[in-house]
Formats: sequence, structure tokens, C-alpha cells
Amino acid sequence: MSTLSELTVKTMELSTLQKLIAARTARRATVVVSDLSSGRAQAFIEGERFPAEWDAAISETLRSGRPALATLNERSLFLNVYLPPPRLVVIGAVHISQALARLAPVAGFDMTIIDPRTAFATIERFQGVELLADWPEDVLPTRPLDRYTALAAVTHDPKIDDYPIRAALDAGCFYVGALGSRKTHATRMERLRSAGVSEEAIGRISAPIGLDIGAASPAEIAVAVLAEIIGALRRRDRGKQEGAA
Amino acid sequence: MTNEANFLDPLEIAEAWHRQGRAVALATVIETWGSAPRPVGSHLVIDGEGNFQGSVSGGCVEGAVVVEAADVIASGVPRVLEFGVADETAWRVGLSCGGRIRVYLERIDG
Repeated sequence: MSTLSELTVKTMELSTLQKLIAARTARRATVVVSDLSSGRAQAFIEGERFPAEWDAAISETLRSGRPALATLNERSLFLNVYLPPPRLVVIGAVHISQALARLAPVAGFDMTIIDPRTAFATIERFQGVELLADWPEDVLPTRPLDRYTALAAVTHDPKIDDYPIRAALDAGCFYVGALGSRKTHATRMERLRSAGVSEEAIGRISAPIGLDIGAASPAEIAVAVLAEIIGALRRRDRGKQEGAA
Repeated sequence: MTNEANFLDPLEIAEAWHRQGRAVALATVIETWGSAPRPVGSHLVIDGEGNFQGSVSGGCVEGAVVVEAADVIASGVPRVLEFGVADETAWRVGLSCGGRIRVYLERIDG
């Protein structure tokens, strides 16, 4: 049974496009459902209440991050999904971070570097990326981590690294990496355990950091780290589901 | 926002073009078979003069999509285009990778 309104051809409204762009800027995942026969397009932001008949399909598309065709109530639908641009937060304004600051934007990441040590965190060393010369404890509450963020802690200093590593595990960051030898990481795991972090969460830390390509120089280590992050981003729906929290 | 990719984002371009008073159509890859150069969900944005940004293939069928977009912009009626080696049009425009794609084309209205 078709009504007059269903026969009227609809186009994508500018307001739908604007809602989509605003959601992406606010780092919220969005699904646009297009009815291929009527042309009607609607945008749904994660966390919103979805129409009951589409709820399962929209939720699955958000979870998988993959667009899909679906037939619901004899209507042919296309569900497109828009995830926030991946972000890389690096703790430590060290030599490796300088190389990462040049590589990560090319690979499509928005990058932020946090280091309270003002001798390291200077604009001359880090042009073109966001640099915050403050403690992670002070920065992260106002700039929360999320599922679309990778965090790499590279200072070697527990006073600086431990807090953001825990925050990243809590936020379900798609990648949490920590620089340091196996021995350094073993003592780090001990500290996190005594602080009450679960074994499952500790197991999600990539350490020693980076793909094993025999990287030696800071730039090579940066390539290994970035490659590992891209792997985590692209394979996240094939591995573990949501983060711990 | 410092990321250069944003300046090349078809959705933001579509919004900006519309704001400038240009007629705008949006093409979206909705299905692929075999080897396809751009994944499902990829966008190409086209204006009334045939200017375009983004991509739905590796440059193989964009020309044909831009031609169709002129009709969609004029009529407002969305359409689904299919390109593949079995299709004579596609053969002519050359989706030479051997894959097949379906593209949804719609007008953006304010």
C-alpha cells in the first residue's frame, strides 16, 4: 500500500548533511539511512534513540563500522556509516614523537602531543600538530579519549605515562601502546595490577610498542608504531568487541 | 581540523558548495563485487557545472557519473547506476579492474 507522500520523491536534505558534519566534528559516529526507492535520507547519531524497525540494523552498522544494504518491510535501504576521524594522542614530546608528528597526518590522523616537560614540548620541535605542555591529568578531563582514539605513551616515565594508559583503557581506545622493554613493561603491569586494573585491560596494551620490523632509529620506530595503530584501526571489528568500560 | 584530509572531504565540500548557491548532487558507492577500487560508502560530489570532488572508483567511471548527475540535479529524482564489465556503458568508460559497482546518486536540497 503506498500513500501519496511515499510516491513523492525526496532528496537528501541539506539539514541531514549538516547534522552529519556536526556529529563528525563532535566525534560522534553517525549512520545515514537512505531509502533507495523514495530517496528519503535520515541521519542517526550514536547514543540517540533509533526508530524501532531500524534499531537492529542501525546498531549493527555502528558496531561493525561497515556500510550495508538492507531490505526492511519490503523497502530497499542503504545504511552508510561515518566514524569520527581517527585521532592519535602521544604522551611524550620525544624524538620518536617528532617523527610521528610528520607521519601521522599523512596517514589521516589528527594528532595531539601531551608532555608536561616544557623543555621537550616546544613549538620549534613540533610544528603542524597540536602540542599541550601540561600533565595528562590536567589535559584529558577536558579533552576526553574515545573509541576512535589511539594512545601511545612514549616517555618511559611512570609519573607521566601511567595515568593516560589507564584513561585510554577505560575509554576503550582502539589502540593503547606503551614504549619500554619487556622488563619495563613487566614492572608497569605490576603497578597497574596493584592499582586495580583488570588483567583483560592490561592485556590490551601493546608493549613493547610497534610492529616488529627491527626498527632502530626514532623515525623507524615511529613507522612501526603507526603501522601497528593502522592495523588496530582496520582490524578492530575482526578482533575484540567493545572496550572494557 | 588541522588534517588536510578534511579539506578534501566530499561531504564538507557538498555543504560548502550548497552554501555558495551551487546545485549539488552526491554519489555514493552502495555495493561492490570483485575487485573495486573504492569501498562501499565512498562519495563523489558533483555541482551543476560538472565540477567534482571525491571518487567512486579509481577514475574509471567518474565521467559517466558526472553526466548522470546533471539529470539528477535537473529532476531531483535519485537513481542507482551500475557499472561493470558486462555493461556496455561501463565497458566504454572502462571499469577495467574487472569489478562491478552500484552507485546511488541523489540531489542535495536545502
